[in-house]
Amino acid sequence: MIPDSTLRWDRFYVHCMFPSIPPTGIPDPPPRSPGLPQTLPGMGGTLRDLRERVARIGRSSARPDGSAVLPFGLAPVDQALPGGGLALGALHEAASAGADTEHAAAATLFTAGILARMEGPVLWVLQQPDLFAPGLACAGLQPERILFVEAGRHVLAVMEEGLSQPALAAVVGELDGRMALAASRRLHLAAERSGILTLLIRRSRGFDDPALALPSAAVTRWRIAALPSPPVLPHAPETPGLGPARWRLDLMRCRGGEPASWIVEACDETGRLGLAADAADRSDQAPERRSA
Amino acid sequence: MPGGAAAAIVTATREDRRRVLAAVDAAASAQGLYPGMPLAQAQALGGGWLSVHEADPQGDAAAMRRLALWCLRYAPLVAPDRDGVGLWIDITGCAHLWGTETALLNDLVRRLSGWGLHARAAVADTPALAHAMARFAAAPVHILPPGASPPDLPVAALRLPADIIEGLRLLGFDRTAPLAAAPRAPLVRRFGTILATRLDQLAGRVFEPIQPLAPETAIQARLTFVEPLLTAEAFATVIVRLAGMVSTALERAGRGARALDLLFERVDGSVQAVRIGMALPNRDPRHLGRMLAERLGQVDPGLGVEAMRLLVVRANRVGPTQLCAVPGDDKAKVSPGPLAPGSLAPGSLAPGPLAPGPLAPGPLAPGPLAPGPLALDPASLDPLGLGTLVDRLANRVGSDRVYRIELVESDVPERSVRKAHPLSQGLVPHGLAAKKQARTGRRAAPAWPADLPRPVRLLDPPQAVETLAALPDSPPVMFTWRRVRHHVRRADGPERIAGEWWKREGERHAVRDYYRVEDESGRRFWLFRKGNGNAGETGDMRWFLHGFL
Repeated sequence: MIPDSTLRWDRFYVHCMFPSIPPTGIPDPPPRSPGLPQTLPGMGGTLRDLRERVARIGRSSARPDGSAVLPFGLAPVDQALPGGGLALGALHEAASAGADTEHAAAATLFTAGILARMEGPVLWVLQQPDLFAPGLACAGLQPERILFVEAGRHVLAVMEEGLSQPALAAVVGELDGRMALAASRRLHLAAERSGILTLLIRRSRGFDDPALALPSAAVTRWRIAALPSPPVLPHAPETPGLGPARWRLDLMRCRGGEPASWIVEACDETGRLGLAADAADRSDQAPERRSA
Repeated sequence: MPGGAAAAIVTATREDRRRVLAAVDAAASAQGLYPGMPLAQAQALGGGWLSVHEADPQGDAAAMRRLALWCLRYAPLVAPDRDGVGLWIDITGCAHLWGTETALLNDLVRRLSGWGLHARAAVADTPALAHAMARFAAAPVHILPPGASPPDLPVAALRLPADIIEGLRLLGFDRTAPLAAAPRAPLVRRFGTILATRLDQLAGRVFEPIQPLAPETAIQARLTFVEPLLTAEAFATVIVRLAGMVSTALERAGRGARALDLLFERVDGSVQAVRIGMALPNRDPRHLGRMLAERLGQVDPGLGVEAMRLLVVRANRVGPTQLCAVPGDDKAKVSPGPLAPGSLAPGSLAPGPLAPGPLAPGPLAPGPLAPGPLALDPASLDPLGLGTLVDRLANRVGSDRVYRIELVESDVPERSVRKAHPLSQGLVPHGLAAKKQARTGRRAAPAWPADLPRPVRLLDPPQAVETLAALPDSPPVMFTWRRVRHHVRRADGPERIAGEWWKREGERHAVRDYYRVEDESGRRFWLFRKGNGNAGETGDMRWFLHGFL
């Protein structure tokens, strides 16, 4: 696959060096078995060293804190991300799967959970006003922190405007339909310059719209799919009621990391994800089981 | 004073622990009510026809100020009275415009009575005498010829504190003429210099300054060009200069702009205009310049622009809180040296023979206290600097589309939030401001309910769904939305939300039962049924999808 000409050479370099990292643009990479060791024992040092060098080349400005990250607090997820968490001065994308692609409720809750675990004001750029603020509060994101903008067709421009304001902690945008690679690259560069966490919720009218999987400059791309939740009381499955929601969390693309997939419990009221209880009993995830 | 209606109107205020009258109208006055009378006594005297309103001193002062501004049509110097019920108009050199002083006064009183205001007016040589004659002359319009000696008036005309008037009454003085003839020294020793000052002011022996309203003039800057300008780059250069000029003028006036008009005067005589608005008063030339430059695309320069004018349409005073908020300020710079207590006796403030006395602030006193140009910093109004961001966004997408969301005390989901101004308090809690709020314990606004499950996306209006559900209180077994059938695997509910019968008559019996349901794919929905499942008047038992959890 020949990379887009707008890509910088360092990305090309990555693809040539590590054919195991899939190039951007593959709609749905097969989820790898969770917990697979990232590097082979003997190669660890060399690979890490090379990745750091590539990351340095790719970064447009020499920000001293360019490597700041926001960990999820969930060991398997954090291990899959370079730096041990979500990079702050970078663009990240989240989309829901299946029938939820249009309303992106799961992706929105996932985003709100990330923001709930950091401090400071947030700029939330809406395309249409269907967000319900009390629902964000349920995921731990206090709506007082949010400045909402209904931007219509100008979502990306407004987000970029927001990224010029260093007082913000994060900028969130909701984008319906396709996004040009150049536009995402521009947004990512603005995020890198400002050091502000930038999250994009991708939505679409169609189920699993392939336009959402087109190449993008986002550092990580997440897909959140709802899974049937287990009974509230495992020993009495007939008891009516609803427990925490359960998601399949797909890290579809990660610059400097590998795609992965987890089964998690949805954000609680402090915005934390939890490992699904029955999935946590599996041998590869058992040590990281959440104590709470 | 409000116009004479059939029923007497009084305003009441609270004094210590009792309610007293603050003002009475003519009808009430005729019944023997007077300001300061306890309200209970007034009601006993007045019976059922007494209409009591809450006193609003701030509203009165604002109305008086508006009236004073209107009076600028008679003369350029107008000052509201210090007791808040009168105006001084300095008509020196203006009366001839109406023919005579009488014509001017008649015009004034006629116009005021046209609004239902009963006014009394007087012309005299000194402000003190005019003040006294307007209140104590027999005729509602009185003109004292120039040079006339002050007539004999009640002591109350001297604008003295109530205890001095009471003291004078005990001594047997109730008119000004005997008081003026009495020896000064014992009176001054007993009552202070204010008595002598007031008598001298009445006789015109001492100058009494009035504090006229400063009529507001528009702050603007205009640049004309030798050659007509056509390019955006040239306009941008001019904007930088204009913004700098306006910013300096705003700084001098202690103000920040809220709305600016940039007018392009074209060679064909027409004018193009762009307007920008600011969420907070701002006078940072870079910010103003950048906002104006963003609007250049809307301008059609035609054959060229020969002059540009930047006009401050709306400005707000930038509050005194900024005085000490200069980053890195030191106390020595901010404290107004010459007025520091003890360093100078207050009496010696007034130079020359025209001692205004302690009561008259005069034009001299505020001078040293007025904030100097360097003491103000627009950034401190908005510690996070979000004001400039809000401005830029509002100029891009419209000011009604940049907002914060505020909780309203209502259980009906679609009414439980409303849009609020983007810089209203709340967005600010962060760092310093948050600590301050935590300390003062403010922000008692309703808290976001974390324990009530609420959807993250709300459908507005709710969409009707077809369901299969058992009455009265079972969640649906399945429902069809957008022609897709969802089988419900798990459900929780109902959460019953009753209509707001205290606000809307139509919702007296209305009830919604909300259920959270999960379909076979794990997707979660927020459904409700109109009605409680039993009684028909609570709703028609139809089901709706209201949101996604």
